[in-house]
Amino acid sequence: MEVSRFWRTTKQRYQLIGEVCGHCGTKIFPPRDVCPSCDLEAKTPFEFGGKGEVFSYSTIHQAPAGFEKYVPYTVALVKLEEGPLITAQLTDVDECDVKIGMPVEMVTRALREDGERGMLIYSYKFRPVMESKSI
Amino acid sequence: MRDVSIIGVGQIPVAEHWDKSIREMGYLALSAAMRNAKVTVLDALYVGNMLSGELARQEHLGALIADFSGLRGVEAVKIEAACASGGAAMRMGYMAVASGLCNFVAVMGVEKMTDQQGPDITAGLAMAADGDYEALHGLSFVSINALLMRRYMHEYGYTKGDFANFAINAHANGVGNPNAMFRAPITFKAFSEAKSVADPINLLDSSPIADGAACAILAPTAIASEFSDKPIRVRASSIATDTVSLHDRREPLWLEAAALSASRAYDMAGVRASDISFFELHDAFTIMSALSLEAAGFAARGHGVRMAQDGSIGRTGKLPITTMGGLKARGHPVGATGMYQIAEVALQLREEAGPNQIANASLGMAQNIGGSGATVVTTILERIK
Repeated sequence: MEVSRFWRTTKQRYQLIGEVCGHCGTKIFPPRDVCPSCDLEAKTPFEFGGKGEVFSYSTIHQAPAGFEKYVPYTVALVKLEEGPLITAQLTDVDECDVKIGMPVEMVTRALREDGERGMLIYSYKFRPVMESKSI
Repeated sequence: MRDVSIIGVGQIPVAEHWDKSIREMGYLALSAAMRNAKVTVLDALYVGNMLSGELARQEHLGALIADFSGLRGVEAVKIEAACASGGAAMRMGYMAVASGLCNFVAVMGVEKMTDQQGPDITAGLAMAADGDYEALHGLSFVSINALLMRRYMHEYGYTKGDFANFAINAHANGVGNPNAMFRAPITFKAFSEAKSVADPINLLDSSPIADGAACAILAPTAIASEFSDKPIRVRASSIATDTVSLHDRREPLWLEAAALSASRAYDMAGVRASDISFFELHDAFTIMSALSLEAAGFAARGHGVRMAQDGSIGRTGKLPITTMGGLKARGHPVGATGMYQIAEVALQLREEAGPNQIANASLGMAQNIGGSGATVVTTILERIK
C-alpha cells in the first residue's frame, strides 16, 4: 500500500470518521463529499459509534494477493447503528458462529503486512459484541 | 441519428491460450469479423478490455491491435468498464456509427488472464470493486458476490441448491458451442459437492478465468445488406451506472443500474421484457443470474431463482438464457465477455447457432455487468427479415 494512500485514509480506518449531511442529516460512511440521499455537498466530519449488526457475510477460501496466508477469513457487510452499511472483516469469531443480525462492534486490528519490509496495515474490523457481566 | 446493424462477427475459442499474446488474440477475432463482414477497411476500432495493464502487462491496446492487424493509422482506443468493458465498447461503436461520424466500426472485447497466478488474478479482479473500502479489506470479487448471495438466501428463504440449475443449464448449453471453454454437462451432485471459493459461492457457481477475444463489425443499416446476407439490427444500446461498492447501494439486492439500463433499452427499442425471445445475461455467479432476471423485468423480486427451478431458462423454455454456455461454461475472459454475448446473440438471430439454435429467435438481448452491478450495458438485437 502506498504511504500517502495509507495516510489519507487513516481517520476512516482508525476512527470510523465519516460525514453527516448538513442539509438532510444523513450519516455517511465512507466519506464521499456529496450526500447520497439529497445530492448536496456534505463535508461535516462525523465519528461513528462502531456498533452495528451483520447484514451479510462470507468466508474467503481463495484470497487476493497479499491475503493468501490469512485464509480462511470472514468478511461482512455490517449495518451500522447510524444507518450506513460498511464492508469489513470479522474477527474474534468462528465462522460457524456468524449469523445475519448478529450484533457486532468495531475494533482495530492488523489487516495485513505489506511485504517483508512494508507497513503493517491497521484498520477497523468487527467482532461480536461482548456480553457485559454483572458483578 | 442513423440506424445501426452488425454486418459481421468473429470470435476465438475461450480457453487458456498460453501460446497466444493479447495482440494475437485481438487480431484473430478482428480478422474473423472483418472476413465475415466482407470489409477490408475500418473507420474506427474500439477495444473493450479490463485488465491488460495488470495481467498482460500491456496497455495502449487500441493502437497495438490496430497496428498488429494491418490497420495502422485507424482511430483506435481501449474502453474500460471492468467486466462490462466489452459491452461498453459495443456502445461506443454504436454511438460512432449512429452519429454519422463513422461508417465501419469494429467493436472488440479481449482479455488475457492466464499468464498470471491465481492470487494476482484475484487481486486484479478485485479492482472492479472499491479499492479503499472493499479490496483493501481483503475482499475478493467472488466474496462480494457471496455477500449478495447470502443475503438473498436469507431474505427470500432459498437454499444453496436452489441456484444449481443456472450452472447446470449453462453447462448443458456449453456442450454445443465449439467456442466454449467447458463442453461437458454437470450434475446437481457435482454442484452440491464443489469446493468453496467464498462461502456460499463454490466453484460451480462461478464462471472460470480464461483468455478470449470476440468482435463485431458495425455499419449503417441502410448499407448493411451490401455486406451481409443476414444483417442484425441494433434495436437498442444503453449503459447505466450505480455505486461501485455494494455498501453504498440503496438496496444491495436490487441492481439499480441493470434495471435502468434495461428500461432505457426497452424504451429505445419500443418493446417490453415479454417481447424478448432470449437473454444472454451476465452469469458471472449464479446469484448474478437471479438478480439480472429480476432487474431486467423477467421475474419479480426474489423470484429470479424460480425461473431456474421451473425450467423457464432452458433452450425450449419461456426465456432461454446463456444459450451458448454463458459466462459459466463458455468462460469469462472479463473484458471480452460483453462481445462474446453480442456475437452469440447475433449467431442465434442468424440461425447459425448449430445444435444450440433456438426456434423462432427474433429479438435477442444481451446484458453485460461490470463489478457487482456498477456498470450495466444492455443491447437488443433483431434479425432483419
